[in-house]
Parts: sequence; C-alpha cells; structure tokens
Amino acid sequence: MTVALGKHLLSMADLDRVDIERYLDLASSFAEVQKRDIPKVPALRGKTVVMAFFEDSTRTRTSFDLAARRLSADVVNFSVSSSATKKGESLRDTVETISAMGVDGIVVRHASSGVPNRIAEWTDASVINAGDGWHQHPTQSLLDCFTIWQRLGTGDNGLEGLKIAVCGDIKHSRVARSNVEAFSRLGAEVVVIGPRTLFPPSFDGWPVKVEPDIDAVLPDLDVVYLLRIQQERLNEGLFPSTREYRAQYGLTTERARRLRPGALIMHPGPMNRGVEIDPEVADDKQAVVLDQVAAGVPIRMAVLFGLIGPGQAVDRNEFDRIEHEENR
Amino acid sequence: MPKSVVLDSAAVSRAVRRMAHEIIEANRGLDDVVVVGLQTGGVPFAESVAAALLEIEEVDVEVGKLDVAFYRDDINLRPVLPEATTEIGFDLNRKVVVLVDDVLFTGRTIRAALDALMDQGRPRAIQLAVMVDRGHRELPIRPDYVGKNLPTRRNEAVNATLDQIELGEVTRS
Amino acid sequence: MTTTAFRGGTVIDQGGRRPGDIVIDDSSGAIVAVEEGSPADRTIEVDGCYVVPGFVDIHSHLRQPGNEMAETIESGSRAAALGGYTAVVTMPNTDPCTDSVAVVSEVLDYAADALCEIKPSAAITLGRSGEALSPMAELVAAGVRMFTDDGTGLQDAQLMRRALEYASGLLTDDGTSIVLSQHCEVSALSQGGVMHEGAWSSRLGLGGQPAEAEELMVARDIALSRLTGMRVHLQHLSTAGSVALVRAAKAEGHPVTAEAAPHHFTLTDAECAGYDPVFKVHPPLRPASDVEAVRDGLRDGTIDAVATDHAPHTPDSKELPFDTAPPGMLGLETAFALAHTELDLEMERLVELFSTAPARIAGLADRQGGPIEPGRAANLAIIDPERTWTVDRGALASLASNTPFHGRSVTGMVRHTVFAGELVVVDGKATR
Repeated sequence: MTVALGKHLLSMADLDRVDIERYLDLASSFAEVQKRDIPKVPALRGKTVVMAFFEDSTRTRTSFDLAARRLSADVVNFSVSSSATKKGESLRDTVETISAMGVDGIVVRHASSGVPNRIAEWTDASVINAGDGWHQHPTQSLLDCFTIWQRLGTGDNGLEGLKIAVCGDIKHSRVARSNVEAFSRLGAEVVVIGPRTLFPPSFDGWPVKVEPDIDAVLPDLDVVYLLRIQQERLNEGLFPSTREYRAQYGLTTERARRLRPGALIMHPGPMNRGVEIDPEVADDKQAVVLDQVAAGVPIRMAVLFGLIGPGQAVDRNEFDRIEHEENR
Repeated sequence: MPKSVVLDSAAVSRAVRRMAHEIIEANRGLDDVVVVGLQTGGVPFAESVAAALLEIEEVDVEVGKLDVAFYRDDINLRPVLPEATTEIGFDLNRKVVVLVDDVLFTGRTIRAALDALMDQGRPRAIQLAVMVDRGHRELPIRPDYVGKNLPTRRNEAVNATLDQIELGEVTRS
Repeated sequence: MTTTAFRGGTVIDQGGRRPGDIVIDDSSGAIVAVEEGSPADRTIEVDGCYVVPGFVDIHSHLRQPGNEMAETIESGSRAAALGGYTAVVTMPNTDPCTDSVAVVSEVLDYAADALCEIKPSAAITLGRSGEALSPMAELVAAGVRMFTDDGTGLQDAQLMRRALEYASGLLTDDGTSIVLSQHCEVSALSQGGVMHEGAWSSRLGLGGQPAEAEELMVARDIALSRLTGMRVHLQHLSTAGSVALVRAAKAEGHPVTAEAAPHHFTLTDAECAGYDPVFKVHPPLRPASDVEAVRDGLRDGTIDAVATDHAPHTPDSKELPFDTAPPGMLGLETAFALAHTELDLEMERLVELFSTAPARIAGLADRQGGPIEPGRAANLAIIDPERTWTVDRGALASLASNTPFHGRSVTGMVRHTVFAGELVVVDGKATR
C-alpha cells in the first residue's frame, strides 16, 4: 500500500479524491478507537505537535489537542496570549523559534488568510491548517464529508449523486471555500444560496451553481449546509437586518418541513438560532451538528497520523527490504 | 517466480481442525474462550477455527477482528495504514483470547497485537494460533498452536489462504 | 578641470538618434561637446551603448525622515543612480509628513550628498489627512513643484477642487509650473481590500479592491481638471478603465498626464496566490487584461511616464500576514531593465517615458530629461542594451529587499550614470 498524503495540509486543493477517501477510511478506523475503553493508540509516540492558535478557537483547538493525545503525541500549546507575537516578534521569528525546538507538526489557526502557506515555507515540520482567515478550513471539510458519507454515502462512490446547498456568508467563510471544493471533489453537486453582498466578488473556477431561490431548491436537497451569520456583517451593512435575513435565507421551521426525509441539516457552529436556523430546526433529528463535532477527533487523528505518522518518504530499497520481512 | 504448494485446501482444513482440538484440550473446554483474528490475513483462519470449535464442541465462541496498524513499531520505516478496522463486539475482560494469524515471522506484528488487545481490556490469558510458523523470530514470542512449521529463507514469501499454502521467492519490483 | 568623453555610443534624446562622443566637465558639471572626435582628458569607451538623458523618477518613497530602517535618502539615491536615474521626486508620506517647509528643508539637507537630484514633493493636505490644505505657497517658495497625498487619494472632491484652484494662482520664481498628483483610490470602495478584487481574491479569501475604486477617482479628477482648467497628474494607473479614461480625456484636450509603475506592466494578481506580501502593492496587481491595457497606454502615449513607486519595507514587515503587511515594492534598480525587456518599445519611446516626460511633469526640464547638448547639465545614463542580468534581492543597493522580481532575468543594463558631471555609477557599480 502506498501513502502519499503530502507533507502539509493547507487547503482542500492539496487533496484529490483518492486522498480524501483515504482520510475518510482512516477516520473510520479512528472512530472505532474512540469507542474503546482506552481510546488511545501509540501511533505517534515520540512525535511532538504544536498547537499554534493565533486566533482563539476553543472548539477546534480542543479537538486537535484530543486527537494528538489519543495518538500518543506530545502536545504543546502555543497560545497568542502567552506568545511573543504580541511583543512585536515577526511571524517568521515565532515560527522559526517553534521549529528550532524540534517539532513534527504545527497546527495553525490564524485570522489572516494564507498564514499557514507562509509558515510552511519557514519550517521543516508538517503544517496543518486549522482555519485561516476567509481562506480554508480543511479539517472542517473532511469532518463534514465524513459526516455526510457515513449517513448518505454510497460506499466507494463518495458523495456521488448528492445535492448539497451551502447557504449564507460565502464571502467571509473559510468553511464555504474548502467545503465547496471537498463536496464537489467527492462527486456531489453543490449550489450556493445567499445575498449577493455575502458572495465573493467572483465564482470563477468554483464548482458551484448559484441558486437564487432557496424555496425552489429545498425539496431536491440531500444536505443543507448553513453558515454562521456574524453580527459584524450586519454592522457593515451587508444586509438590512437579521429579521430580513431569516425571512429571505434562513432555514425556518416552515422551510425545514419541505426538506425531503433523510436530508441532513448541517452547520459548522456556533449557531445563531433564529437567524440562519430556527431553534426548533437546530434541535431536529435531521440536524447532525453534534455528529459533525464528534467526527472532528477521528478526522484530526487521521490527518495527524497521515502527515506526521507514516506518510514520510521511505527509501525505495529500504522499503523493499522491510516488505520482505513484513511478510508475516 | 517459482512457487510450490506446501498444503492444499484439504490439508489446511485438517490442520485447522487439529488446532481446534488442541485449543479445547488446553483450555479444558471452551468456557471464556474467544477468538480474535488479525486483520486481514488472520481473519479467515479465525473464522475457520471458530467453525471447527462449533462443530466439535457445539459451542459458538465469539469472534473478533483486530487491526494493529496504530501499534506497529515500524511506523517510521514504512507506510502503515490500517488494512481494516478493529471489530471486537464483546468484552475481553477475564476472557481467554485465542489470537489467530496466518503466518508468524519476526513476531513484531504479534507484539503490536498484544498491545492492541491490552488496550481493549484485560484478558485472563492470550494464546497464539498461527497457520504457518516460518521462523526468523526477532522477539521472544512463541505460538501455542501451529498449523504447519515451515522452515524458510528470509527472502522467501509465504502465502497462506484457506485454499492453499504456498512458498515462493520474493521478486523485487 | 577634468573632461571625460564617452566615445562610440549612440546618443538618443528628444532630438532623435545619432552617433556622438559626449564630453563632460567635472568642475562645471556640464556637457561641453557632443561631436565625434571631440578632445577630452580621458575616454570611456561605450561602443554598442546608448547615451541618454538620466532617468527621472517622479514617484519614489525614500522613507527619510521616519523609517530609516527601510531606506534613507542616501541609500535610495544610490539605488536610483544604479537604475540610471539622475533625479527622484520623493513622496510626502514620511514621518513626520512632508507638509511643511521644515520637513522639505530636512529632506533637502539629507539630499546634499545624494547620488542624484532629490526633489521633494509635498502633501496637498496637512498630514495627508484630507481635511485642510497644506501651506502650498510657502512650500512652492521652498522649491516644491509637485503636491500629492500619495499613499492615499484625496477623497473630498470639493477640497481637491480648491487645491487645484489655489495652486493655479501660485507663482514660481523660475517660471516652472506646479502640478497636483493624485493617488487614485476611492477609499470607500477599496476599504478592506489588500489585492485586486476578482477571481483570485475570491479564491484566496483576501479582501479585494475593485478596479472601479481607481477608475472613479481618475474620472473625478479628469472632471475637476476640466472644471478648474488646472493640470492633474494621475499616478500609477493600473486598470484598462483608467487608461481608457485618460486616453479619452487627452483626446478632448484636457491637461492630464499619467504614469504607470513597472509592476503594473509586468505582474498580474495571480502572483498573490502564495500569499507573499512582496506582491502586495497599492494599487494592486491586476489581471492580465489590465496589464495589457497599461502596456498599450505606454505604447500609444496615453501614459506619459514610467514611475517606480519605489516603496522599501523592512524584511520583518513583509513577513507579516498578507492582509496586515504594508503595501509597496522596490522599483528603482529594476524599472528600466523591465521596461526594456518587457515592453517591446523603441529606445526613443523609452527615453520619453523615463526621462523627457517625467522631467517635464516634475518641473525639472531645465536640467533633467535632456536634450543632450553643450551647456546642459551633464545628467546622463549609459545603457548597454544587450547585457542580460538576473535580479538578486540580496545584491540591491536599497536597504530593503522587497523586490517582486527576485530571480527574474532581464536584458538591458545601466552601465554608467553621470549626475551633474560626476560619474556616480561606473560599470554597474556605484562609485560612492
């Protein structure tokens, strides 16, 4: 079996369909580990993973932290409040300082797009993007794919034949950017719904169709993926009021009733109940928000295992030698 | 690559049956005995052993599957991905676990399997059944039940299925 | 007195192309002869080279006073001389802002030992804050001929109108005219934008500045020029729409002039894909269609001058995230070679773009921008058009290294630069 998951995970663009499916398979194995009395394996014993969260995110950091510990990696938390970046140290100095301590993986979260890409140029460690600006959030995409695949997936056929709507603030959403890529790469048809002010200036090259009428498309959907509407966007005047947003684009109780049975309602959290999603809809059994959260740890175990575990390049001759001995 | 058939399917099935008898004898029955096959090569043998136990003793023992990818000691030496998931749908505590694999070679896989099993619970005992023991151990591990002792050279390959057991040379690709 | 002759080259200026041996006198700093075979104390052979009027950059940030870690007048003037420049107009976004006679005098003090002429521009509004006019008459008396709030555009149309009207009434002692230069960017539209708004910004998740943020102000200032009858100079045009607006305005006879920066005719917004802030600049790098339009504008005369927008930044500031790093890139040492390599223009046109037109726009035509004739100040660049070299950010004279052209191979090298009769660059090396 060959492994080529690359050195870094910066963007869903780094992964082709085979890679994504390999991560989903791996995550299935780790989901089983999760259920054990001792949900921990020694796969990354002796490896060190740094959590470099320049932007606070308790949910994502906890999920990565748990994933790394369940693989027996040593985990170092580098949080912005205790870091030197507040003292004016350049990003590069910070990264080179962390690298010099000898780490195998750096999990990066940053409010600015592209920071993980830059960090990857400055370190020998594997860089895992845990969300950068409006750009990408690949592990969120993988866990969302995993959630859909487990519920609606067609075995080896990925998400083939499914129709998924991504609704809301596409422009400012790293989740939207990476999910659109991930869903379509696994074969799903993706539509985007939302006010034009919350769309990126251009959808050139995006594998999506703009759907102007949420009500027209609801009965055809297998998944409604709602994005968080931030108060900040209202303050910027990108839409008139949360009331109007809910009426135009929100998944109201009334709209949810017109979804086909078995269709999934998803949200990356935290939800704004009463804006993009009605409270009753959020608690409906079709809403799989907690499944998404639960998928986070096995997916992040898969990513850590895939990148800093066995994914390293092996000399071909050495590989052959081990293959012989491997023949058990 | 020249290959020779060491055991045919009838011989394999006789060997499995013999091992089943030995298991019953050694444990004075099948109380608390469970069978766990190693993914993926050991699983068909584990199922075959369980079938033999049912036939002989009319006891339907529990059968589990164990993947050891995350426990291997050669993770940095070679790409390791799980071949299939672990499926053990029963409690291992206080059980006698018969660990079943197809071929026993260096012993490293069994070492990983012991760690993996221990993380699943605390069995009263673990016993090892292998279809083929081809020698060349690198760890102090020895099987309790052996289908066939097969002296080999290191550069030979053994392929064991329920249909036949073959011995051949490994070709470098 | 020592005279030096540059023999064997081809002289190109507004008078056309001709063979000539240019003799300069180091004590008077003037050209003394241009005929072939003119006698001189010493000779520098420049066979195969062009001898042209020294280049004039009407748009450089030399960072002094305020950010001497990134550049100083001295280091910037050395970079300029190596790029063939004999005059540089510095931008007023220094710290403190160049909006008073005191700061202008300070800049001119630093410029005393510079390797080229330093001509400070001053801010149109106090502190470049867009609220109240700077003391323009005092500044003119101190030698300022160009006013600009560069770094930002002057947002208030009424205030821009008043500035134009006020400036039109100011007198200069040497009869040269005063020009207001505009950084064309409507900030309400460009706000939050760190690159060009389009397919790339959408994909990269970076805030965009639409082309229209620039074009609206280009259109507004053309209208204000019509309203006031006053000349407006439009800085660093970067979009097809801006070029079209200026082309139409010139066709109607409005007194507007325009410049373009080397990066806007060589690089596209796709460069931002790696998030390296060395490609962050305002106005931003644009798509290929805009780059093509800027090239067309340079060819057909819509754009009068190449101006570098030389903007040095310290390495650590360019190691910030793309959205927080400061905009700007180096230009002085690479501008001519890039234009020569990329634009496919006759040398005559390049001389107009780099020397003649910018000297005229900045009010320096009495001593800069040619013609090359006896009695004129000896401000010359001698270009080897065949020499191919590779841009190396580590080898630049600028204190900063934020060139987006690192590793690029270019053809055309500045061999010698003569500033006021002094050989400040010899064989591609600064003499001091």
